Amino acid sequence: MQRIGVFVCHCGSNIAATVDVNKVVEMVALEPGVVHAEEYQYMCSEVGQAKIIEAIHEKQLTGVVVCSCSPRMHEATFRKCAERAGLNPYMVEIANIREQCSWIHKDVTEATEKAVILARAAIAKVNLNAPLMPGESRVTKRALVIGGGIAGIQTALDIADAGYEVDIVEKTPSIGGRMSQLDKTFPTLDCSACILTPKMVEASAHEKITLYTYSEVDKVSGFVGDFTVDIRKKARSVDMSKCTGCGVCMEKCPSKKAPSEFNRGLNNRTAIYTPFAQAIPNVPVIDREQCIKFKTGKCGICSKFCQANAIDYDQTDEIITQKYGAIVVATGFDTINLDKYGEYAYNESPDVITSLELERIMNAAGPTKGHLERLSDGKAPKNIVFIQCVGSRCSDDRGKSYCSKICCMYTAKHAMLIRDKYPDVNVSVFYIDVRTPGKNFDEFYRRAVEDYHVNYIKGQVGKVTPEADGSLTVHGVDLIDNRQVKVSADMVVLATAIEPNKDARKIATMLTASIDTNDFLTEAHAKLRPVESPTAGIFLSGVAQGPKDIPETVSQAGAAAIKAVGLLAKDKLLTNPCTASPDPLACNGCSVCANVCPYGAITYENKDVMGPGVRENRRVATVNSALCQGCGACTVACPSGAMDLQGFSNRQIIAEVDAICR
Amino acid sequence: MTKAEKQAEKIREISGTDPYRCMKCGKCSASCPSFDEMDIKPHQFVSYVLNENIEALAESASLWKCLSCFACVERCPRDVKPGKLIDAARQLVVREKGGNYLKADEIPELLDEELPQQLLVSAFRRYRR
Amino acid sequence: MSLENKEFRPKIVAFCCNWCSYAGADLAGSGRMSYPADVKIIRVPCSCRVNPMFILRAFEKGADGVIMCGCHPGDCHYSTGNFYARRRMTLLFSMLDFIGVENGRTRVEWVSAAEGAKFSKTMNEFVEKIHSLGENVRLGDLRCKN
Repeated sequence: MQRIGVFVCHCGSNIAATVDVNKVVEMVALEPGVVHAEEYQYMCSEVGQAKIIEAIHEKQLTGVVVCSCSPRMHEATFRKCAERAGLNPYMVEIANIREQCSWIHKDVTEATEKAVILARAAIAKVNLNAPLMPGESRVTKRALVIGGGIAGIQTALDIADAGYEVDIVEKTPSIGGRMSQLDKTFPTLDCSACILTPKMVEASAHEKITLYTYSEVDKVSGFVGDFTVDIRKKARSVDMSKCTGCGVCMEKCPSKKAPSEFNRGLNNRTAIYTPFAQAIPNVPVIDREQCIKFKTGKCGICSKFCQANAIDYDQTDEIITQKYGAIVVATGFDTINLDKYGEYAYNESPDVITSLELERIMNAAGPTKGHLERLSDGKAPKNIVFIQCVGSRCSDDRGKSYCSKICCMYTAKHAMLIRDKYPDVNVSVFYIDVRTPGKNFDEFYRRAVEDYHVNYIKGQVGKVTPEADGSLTVHGVDLIDNRQVKVSADMVVLATAIEPNKDARKIATMLTASIDTNDFLTEAHAKLRPVESPTAGIFLSGVAQGPKDIPETVSQAGAAAIKAVGLLAKDKLLTNPCTASPDPLACNGCSVCANVCPYGAITYENKDVMGPGVRENRRVATVNSALCQGCGACTVACPSGAMDLQGFSNRQIIAEVDAICR
Repeated sequence: MTKAEKQAEKIREISGTDPYRCMKCGKCSASCPSFDEMDIKPHQFVSYVLNENIEALAESASLWKCLSCFACVERCPRDVKPGKLIDAARQLVVREKGGNYLKADEIPELLDEELPQQLLVSAFRRYRR
Repeated sequence: MSLENKEFRPKIVAFCCNWCSYAGADLAGSGRMSYPADVKIIRVPCSCRVNPMFILRAFEKGADGVIMCGCHPGDCHYSTGNFYARRRMTLLFSMLDFIGVENGRTRVEWVSAAEGAKFSKTMNEFVEKIHSLGENVRLGDLRCKN
C-alpha cells in the first residue's frame, strides 16, 4: 500500500472561490492510502513546494497527489519538487481542479463534489504508480530551418553564431522571402533590401550554414534530438558548382511569357531566371513548364551562350537525407485569394491592386521601375483609395477571423510615401479601426494624418465600380459624418489579409506539430512558451505562428534560435519513461504490436520464458525504449494483453474509471 | 422582461442573426442603395436592436425604405446581416399593428417619381391584406 | 439546458488525448466556457491508448455515457494513433448498440488544442443527450448496486 499525501491548492481565488478546498481535504483524507492531506494558497510557490517536501520527509510519503491547475502547466514543477525530496518524480499525479473544474463551474457544491472525484481518481492512480527511470537519447548537433525568409535567416544566423551547424530549406530559388519583396519598412522608412541583403549574404557566407534553395522537405521521422529528414533538391537544370551568375542565359532566353512570382505577376520573367537581382544563391533556375527546350525539345539557347557550361537539362531531383537535433518552422505567409471578394473588382480592373503589389510598384527594381503608375494605361494616378481589413476580421467563410496586424502600419507607410513623393496625389484611407500598438507606431500613423494630410475615413467600402473612362468609383460610408461617400479614384489598394503559407499544414503534419484552424502553428503555451511547438524539438519562428511585423519576427526568430541552441547544447536528453513494456509470459510473438507501432520501436527476439507451468525458449516482443514515444497503440492492439504502458497502465486507467464511476 | 426587451428578442429570433457580432465597420451602410432615403442608417439598425431601442426603429421610415436587396447581408464580414434585422423589425411592426396593411386607395399619395415602380408593386403584394 | 429530471446526475467519462483534446479542455477552462460538472476527464497519451475494456468497465461501473476525444484525423501527435482509435470505436460502439447501450451514450469527437469552444459545446451537447436517454441500465454490474 502506498503512503499518499494530497495537496490542495487554492490558486489564490482561482480554485478556492468555486471549490471548497477544506471540504476537499476532509474528503480525500478518507481515501485508502492517504496518510496526509493539506491545503495551501499557492502550492507551486516556494513555500508550497517546501510543504510538499516536508510532508514527504515527515510522513514517509511514497506517492503525491496535487490538486491544482492543469498538469500541462505544473506537472513538471511538482515532479521536480518530489525529486528534490528524494521521491521518484513519477510518483506524482495532478488532479486538474482549475481548468477542468473551478473555472468552468459556478455552483460551489457541484464544483467541490467534482474536485473530490477528480482527486479520488488521481489517488486511485497513484496507488498503482511505480517508480520510473527515464532513459537517455543522443542529440544530433545540427538544426534544420524550414523557410528562408527573414525569420528563417535570423534563426539560422543566431544558431550558427552559437556554433552549431544549420541547414536552411527554401522552396523558391532564392532566400529572402516576403521581406525581399518590400520596398520600405515601417516605422523608420528604411529600404527593405538595404537591411535584408547583408543578412542574406551573411547567411550564405556563414561557414556553419548550408542553404538548400529550390528545395522542399519531403519526409520527417524520428523525435527530439534525433530527427531524420529527407530534403528534395528540385532539379535546377543549372549546375550550381559551375554557374558564375553572369546572367547571359536570362538575357538570351526567348521564352519571356511566365508571370514573375517575385513581382506578384505584374510583369513577366524568362523561363530561366533568378527571382530578383540580389538573389542568393545567384544561380538561375529553369522553369521546365515554360522552357521551350523542355516543351518542344528545340532551343537550347541558354546552353549555347553559357560560357561556364553550367546548363544541365538532364538534372534530376536529388534527395538528401540528413539528421537533425532541432527543427525550426519559419514558413511565413501569403496574401489571401480575393476571388470571393467580387465587390472590390480586383479581378476586373488592373488598377485595383493589393498592398503587396503596390510594394512592387513602388520599388525601383519593380515592374514600373519605381514610378507610381496605373497598370492599365501607365498614367500617374491622381486619386488613390486604400481599403483596410479586406478579408481580415471576417467571421464569414470569405475571409479570416483574425486581424492581420501589419496592414494599418503599412498603409500609413504607403500613404505617407506617396504623399511625400507626389504631393499632388490625393490619398484616402477607409478604415474600421486604426491599430497601432508598437514602439513609435502611433506617432508614425499620426504623421500620416497631421503632416501628410492623408484623408482617413472611418467606414468601410461597399463596392468598387470600374467606369467607362477608366476611373474607379469607390462607394463607401463615412460613419462619423453618417453619410455615404462616393470617391472617384484612379487606383484602389486593398489591405489584403495574410494567411499562413499553403505548405504550413503539410509541414506541420510531417512534424506532428499542432496547427490551428487558420493553419497557424500552435505554440506550447500561449504566454510562457510562445516559440516552441507542443511537439518536443520543434520551434516556431515568424508569421508561421501568427501575424507579426518585421521587428517582432526578428525577435521571435532569435528566441526560437536560443531555444534550439538550448536543446543542441545538451549531450544527452532524458527520454520519457512512460513507454510500452511487454510481459513475456503473456506474449505469443504474434507481431500485431509491431505492425501498429509508428516508430518501429518493437522488435522480436527469442527469450527464455519462465513462469508457472511454462519453461521454454520462444519469440517475444521487446520494446526499444529510446524509440518508443508512449502512444499506447500497441497496448490495445495486443490480443493477449501482454503489452502495457508504464505510467498509463491498464490497471491505472481502470482504477481512474472506477473512482469516477463510484 | 420589458416590452422593448421582448421585441428585441423577437427581432433576433425572426432574423436569426446576432447583433453582438457587429464590429461597426459600416460596410452595410456603404453598400446600401437606399441609404440617402433612410433616417436610421443600416449600420444604426444594428445598434438600435442591441440597445433595445425598438420603438424608434418601429417608427422609422427606414423600415419601408429598405429594398431587401440584401447587399448588406451578402457583404457583411461579421455575418450580422442588417437586412435580415430590418426585415424582422418590419415583420414585427406588421404583426403587431395588424392594421397598417397597404390599401389600394392609399397608393396614389404614396406615388413618388423617384420610386421604382417595381418596389411599389412588390410592396403591395407583400403588405396588402 | 432543461433538465427533465433534476435528480438525475449522469456519470460521464471523457477520455482525452494529452496533445490535442486535453489541451482543448484546458483552453475551454481558461476561456471559462462552462459545461456540466457531470463530465470527468481521464488523460491518456493518445486516443489509441483507450482500450475498449476501459469503456466497458465504465458502463459496468455505472457510467451513463462515455466520450472519447482525440486529435483531428491526420493531426495525431503520434501520426496514426487516432486512425486506430476511430476503427476500434466504430466497432465497439456498434457492438454496444447491439447489446442495448444506445449509440447516443458513446461518442467520438476530434478536438484540437485550439478548440476550447468546440470542447465545451461538445460536452454540453453530449450531457444533454445523456439526459434525454436517462440512466444507463445495461451492462451495469448489479452486484455493485446498493
